[in-house]
Amino acid sequence: MIKVLKPGLQTTVQDRGRIGYYEIGMPPSGAMDKYAYTVANLLVGNDPEAAVLEITYLGPVLEFGKRMKISLTGGEIPPKINGQPVPMWTTLEVREGDQLSFDFVKGGARVYLAVEGGIAVPLVMGSRSTYTLIGIGGFEGRALAEGDVIHTADMIRKSVAAGTSVEASLIPTYGKTHEIRVVVGLCSYRLTEESKETFLATEWTVTPEANRTGYRHRGERLQFVEREQPFGAGSNPSNVTDLGYPIGSIQVPDGVEPIVLLHDAVTGGGYATIATVISTDLDRMAQIKTNEKVRFVSVTMAEALDARKDVQAKLGRVAQMIESGS
Amino acid sequence: MAEKTAIVSPLPGIFYRRPSPDMPEFVQTGESVKEGDVIGLIEVMKNFYEIKAEADGIVDQFVVNNEELVDAGQELVTLIK
Repeated sequence: MIKVLKPGLQTTVQDRGRIGYYEIGMPPSGAMDKYAYTVANLLVGNDPEAAVLEITYLGPVLEFGKRMKISLTGGEIPPKINGQPVPMWTTLEVREGDQLSFDFVKGGARVYLAVEGGIAVPLVMGSRSTYTLIGIGGFEGRALAEGDVIHTADMIRKSVAAGTSVEASLIPTYGKTHEIRVVVGLCSYRLTEESKETFLATEWTVTPEANRTGYRHRGERLQFVEREQPFGAGSNPSNVTDLGYPIGSIQVPDGVEPIVLLHDAVTGGGYATIATVISTDLDRMAQIKTNEKVRFVSVTMAEALDARKDVQAKLGRVAQMIESGS
Repeated sequence: MAEKTAIVSPLPGIFYRRPSPDMPEFVQTGESVKEGDVIGLIEVMKNFYEIKAEADGIVDQFVVNNEELVDAGQELVTLIK
């Protein structure tokens, strides 16, 4: 049992996501930073699908009702147990009555708290992830609130010794400027050649409208190629006939303020998507804060797949290190 | 010698000195506040987070203007104890 003394800004239950319903308009939700999510579960010996808490910007204050292993991964929101700093990316053991709290965010934006056995909430369409916009999944379909009591499940695979930690080379670091890799398309043909260059050359600033649904960026205006709009497309030149939006796809309504669609976003619509963030860099998007700078870097599909293999290899090394008890 | 303390924003976002556009400001320079009094709001991710005084004091200065963008850890207001 874990008692929520203070909820933080937005603390939600998330897992790997509600996969398989995209075509009916249901986005996957799930942990925004899958790398941090996966490592958090590994550090407490959980099933890889176990649910964790995703903490954004401002940490909660939680009180543990029994002895259990926990781990904290992701961005740097320095954690404390009973007021004493504790390390992230490490297996920790807490006792009954211990309180977990956090200092102000130092780097990144989201922390993942895994507890031994995972968070016990009902499966909704195969996932425990919270989708707050329609109020399903997670803890009563919403972010945690003061006074909530959450329970742990029994999705445990093995026992990991307290003090087990991830080596520094496998821990991502986060600055205030970010290079995010994209594959250009699906509708990049709608931009003028000049605007395609502008999109990749601009240092964009993340606006306060940056959450699990999407991140909006301020920078330059982009121009679309003049044309007579086809049947079914809206009248604005940024409109196309409706299409499915890839997760991580970037749309630019009216040519201003590109929006990267993320895990809680609408699954389709009628805006030209000019590029798509590669899957590994969605994890890094999750750690970007309002006011920080983003540059989009064009890569090929082959480079995107190589990046994915690299991350999977890193996760394999983390799993191996924890297995061998280092 | 009066001791000055700063209230910092725990979040990045937009700082507001009023609860809503047609309401008066929470506090003015020179007014006294008590621990827990709301002195402003930070808007981020379509949430409004209340910034509260951490101790009793007198509002010395607003370091940040209404509707200005702030970073996490940035000073918003100084208080004189």
